[in-house]
Amino acid sequence: MYEKKKTVKIANEKGRWEKETLGKTLSRSPGRIPRFSTVSDMEIAALYTPDNTGELDYARDLSFPGEYPFTRGVQPSMYRGRLWTMRQFAGYGSAEDTNARFKFLLEQGQTGLSTAFHFPTLMGYDSDSPRSRGEVGKCGVAIDSLKDMEILFDGIPLDKVTTSMTINGPAAMIFAMYLAVAEKQGASFEKLGGTIQNDILKEYIAQHAWIFPPEPSMRIITDILGYCAERVPKWNTISISGYHIREAGSTAVQELAFTIADGIAYVQAGIDAGIPVDKFAPRLSFFFNAHMDFFEEVAKYRAARRMWSRIMKDRFKSRDENSWKLRFHTQTAGCSLTAQQPMNNVVRVALQALSAVLGGTQSLHTNSMDETLALPTEQAATVALRTQQIIAEESGVANSIDPLGGSFLVERLTDEMEEKAAAYIARIDEMGGMVAAIKHGYPQREIADAAFHFQRLVDAGEKRIVGVNAYKMTEDLLIPILKIDEDVEKKQVARTREVRRKRSAKRVKSCLKALREASLSSTNLMPLLLDATREYATLGEICDVLRETMGTYTDPAMF
Amino acid sequence: MASALAKSMETPKGRKPARKVRILVGKPGLDGHDRGAKIIARALRDAGFEVIYTGLHQTPEMIVSAAAQEDVDGIGLSILSGAHNYLFPRIVLMLREKKMENVVVFGGGIIPDEDIPKLKKKGVDRVFTPGTPLKEIVEYVRERVKPRK
Repeated sequence: MYEKKKTVKIANEKGRWEKETLGKTLSRSPGRIPRFSTVSDMEIAALYTPDNTGELDYARDLSFPGEYPFTRGVQPSMYRGRLWTMRQFAGYGSAEDTNARFKFLLEQGQTGLSTAFHFPTLMGYDSDSPRSRGEVGKCGVAIDSLKDMEILFDGIPLDKVTTSMTINGPAAMIFAMYLAVAEKQGASFEKLGGTIQNDILKEYIAQHAWIFPPEPSMRIITDILGYCAERVPKWNTISISGYHIREAGSTAVQELAFTIADGIAYVQAGIDAGIPVDKFAPRLSFFFNAHMDFFEEVAKYRAARRMWSRIMKDRFKSRDENSWKLRFHTQTAGCSLTAQQPMNNVVRVALQALSAVLGGTQSLHTNSMDETLALPTEQAATVALRTQQIIAEESGVANSIDPLGGSFLVERLTDEMEEKAAAYIARIDEMGGMVAAIKHGYPQREIADAAFHFQRLVDAGEKRIVGVNAYKMTEDLLIPILKIDEDVEKKQVARTREVRRKRSAKRVKSCLKALREASLSSTNLMPLLLDATREYATLGEICDVLRETMGTYTDPAMF
Repeated sequence: MASALAKSMETPKGRKPARKVRILVGKPGLDGHDRGAKIIARALRDAGFEVIYTGLHQTPEMIVSAAAQEDVDGIGLSILSGAHNYLFPRIVLMLREKKMENVVVFGGGIIPDEDIPKLKKKGVDRVFTPGTPLKEIVEYVRERVKPRK
């Protein structure tokens, strides 16, 4: 951003300052710690100056909000036009329990819904499967059939509220249930807005709720891309997620790199399936983690936007500007929260949320202080939502766009993020793309190494965590936690069995047969899934049919 | 792999030193959070134990059968889904049924404090909660888990 001659002069001056002024101080008292680094262990210098951003060209690398390469934001007016969507992830117990929580959150001023499913649903099992014992309603809401989905969204107009659903292995099946509920409400598909996570690659890499092997999974995803391009044009078809990669212990650079590499794999798969890139790419969105290291996170979001727009334009020859824009959701880092002195988590979440806002997020979930103990109580969930509202309404940070742009530190970190992530992506390309890299266990191993390294730093006291290895207290401050009623499992099993009794067994059978046949051909599966769903075929039954024709995936169990 | 390891432990004279303590690190249930389990597996391996990791999504049957097959001395279980009240005791019970009650079962994860005494009563030897230093877990295993006769 500066003339070369000037930056050389500044660099020389900085050298002098380091030797004389700073050197004098350091000779009297050295730094607090021998080495300063981010939470991802990226080294940070004492001072950043214009020479650190010497290569940066304002027009080429930063530009203006709403203009390529979107480093400063995807919308022209950003939060001056409209605040980010406050979208708290919620789901526990039965569909009735979660429906009540949804309505409570909407009453509190939340502007979008986000659904957490329990593990059996995430893995494509019904609540009465032996695999589901002890898990029903524990980590999210139990959804077995259209019946549950009808209750989940009872009294919530789907053509007015946007809904995000964290569902991957059985994304197509749960999406079919959502469409069937919309149909019953009389909401047209064209009007539906929302997101299915539908990011199976990061399941193999980090989150681990999968059903089928990579290839058939990718086929289901391209079926969804094709179906939505024609029928549900406003729906976000994949939320390409770094969140879980980071939670599994990756560094910020790895989160960025693996997420973008996953995105590249989906775009390539769509193109290979014969869908024109600009028909589906505008509906791809992203999902990042907001971890503790403030500037590292801000730089990550800015680098992500710049990288994605260049990849879409240069690598995939996209012509539609909407395909170039990396829109993203953010969730604060669950893994950064502590069970010790849990009230401190409110402060952690506030700082993390602030980084997401200063990084230009489109929507945000703030974790509850009790995240490391159980699912959130209503009170903890309210404080989390209020945290966003205070940032939005009181702090003033939403008044100007990309307020940290131009900071020598943030611009340097943004460049560094991009350089290091690009190197990872090049390595993954050499392996033959992300699907091949996953089969080699490459991203999995990189993440496990980073997680282990971080734990070692914490154990050695090199990374300090308040309440865990610093400022410990013998008596922790206790907070109330949410208990899931053990009766949920019994009631849910009974409901699903009743659904099976009441429906037309003959029609279910013929729908499942048609689905089976389609899965062996290249027919788009979405209409068939919708047919089976309308007849109240259960999630487990549908997935069983496809397990048979597509196979299953098991954990390679590396450590 | 296991037999190769055993071979490498033999002294030149063919005399076997005391067998290494064998630990199964298991992920019962459907939850996919394996960050903790993998870190524990590595830390125990680095500390000189022989470690077998089951991978994710194991039923109690799968874990107990792996424990029998691998002839382990201890089982470390990790659950972050809230299903611990069912799955931990179920595994202990199945070990008893197989006459393997001298296998030490310990665990960790997102486990509310109030559940811990109940789990201990049902035969879980120790429950570690988030924030526990690796050293503490390694020392516990070294202290508590001995080769079974």
